[in-house]
Amino acid sequence: MTKLRHLIDPQDFTVEELEELFSLADEIVKNEKKFKNVCDGKILATLFYEPSTRTRFSFEAAMLRLGGQVIGFSEPGSSSVMKGESIPDTVRTVGSYVDIIAMRHPKEGAPRYASYYSPVPLINAGDGGHQHPTQTLTDLFTIRQTKGRFSNMTIGLCGDLKFGRTVHSLIKAMSRYENIKFILISPDELKVPDYIKTEILDRNSIEYLEVERLEEVIQELDILYMTRVQKERFFNEADYIRLKDSYILDKEKLKLAKEDLAILHPLPRVNEISYEVDEDPRAKYFQQVKYGMYVRMALISKLLGVM
Amino acid sequence: MLYIDSIVRGIVIDHIKPGYGFSIFKYLGLDKADFTVALIMNAPSKKYGRKDLIKIENNIDLDLTMLGFIDPNITVNIIEDEKIVEKINLSLPEKVEGIIKCKNPRCVTSTERNIVHRFVLVDEEKGIYKCEYCDQIYSWEG
Ligand SMILES: [Zn+2]
Repeated sequence: MTKLRHLIDPQDFTVEELEELFSLADEIVKNEKKFKNVCDGKILATLFYEPSTRTRFSFEAAMLRLGGQVIGFSEPGSSSVMKGESIPDTVRTVGSYVDIIAMRHPKEGAPRYASYYSPVPLINAGDGGHQHPTQTLTDLFTIRQTKGRFSNMTIGLCGDLKFGRTVHSLIKAMSRYENIKFILISPDELKVPDYIKTEILDRNSIEYLEVERLEEVIQELDILYMTRVQKERFFNEADYIRLKDSYILDKEKLKLAKEDLAILHPLPRVNEISYEVDEDPRAKYFQQVKYGMYVRMALISKLLGVM
Repeated sequence: MLYIDSIVRGIVIDHIKPGYGFSIFKYLGLDKADFTVALIMNAPSKKYGRKDLIKIENNIDLDLTMLGFIDPNITVNIIEDEKIVEKINLSLPEKVEGIIKCKNPRCVTSTERNIVHRFVLVDEEKGIYKCEYCDQIYSWEG
């Protein structure tokens, strides 16, 4: 990755490039001290056109831990410099001050558009309901670190599978590996969109099963990816009452699960995982947050060409 | 049978899907032409049953990408001395720029000034395109 590269869509990277990135992230996890100066003298700009404190902190902490520095804004309103300025002009301006840009934007496709004009590597830090590739990298890296592999697995995705962009990206990303089976657990109203089934799952002949209740299938899973499901997403009060407890992961349901299940969640959670589950060794979602920072450290290093 | 003069020198856009002739006619600005043009609608066709047809008594620059995008079954005949000297078969273009607009209200194209709406072909068989920025699907049939 020596020439100018951006990360806009998780599929922009090949499976081999991802593996290279993850082994670097793994090295950083094991020996973080070794990397504390690799971005010495480099500056990251976080251009957040909508607030997302978690994601911004993750990027900023990643850069600071590599010895680099950060500048940026977290709402366009607070930044008179950017007011009314076009995306191409902003990235060309900011790109002349810094070495790398992380952009969050409420409009879908804004980072792709920005990347055409950016003189420095640009990372999509989330664009509307479209892509959030560093979350996908985080999810993949967590799977790799906790399971030691990407192949031969049954992955359960539970909750709002209709609107959850991280779910869609994870299905796409995991579909590139061998012998993956998906179990899609959601109420009828919140099923995975058809295009994911036809264009990703069917096209790649990937086995999948759609069910309504988590307790019916939890014993089969190697990975359980939980997402929020809100009451107002149900069309029907009766369905909500019938199913609501099914989407709360608690100790009782976990009794049925495999010993080496890995529970993931993109966070923040509302009430879909009981606090009692946090103590369970199978709960990996707080580690996942930490892995997210390490994978961003690896990504920044790679895109800057310092590693 | 309606009688239409044959063309000495110009272009015949043939095999247009019935109903599309008028929009192509307008798109090409032929409603404002100062040379002879004819739009024939619902002409009998051996191949398709019915077709629209446009005759242009002039050599104008045609946007073949646009025509192929509207209907890849269109044939363009170049006429000289009342004879067809070239027959161009169209196909769906790989990229469509500035012709159609992305319908996704959350797309960056809805707010950025000067941005060119750009679509890439994803399914040739079904004629499905997607917005290069937001991945919104577009097909001519709607
Ligand atoms: Zn779009």
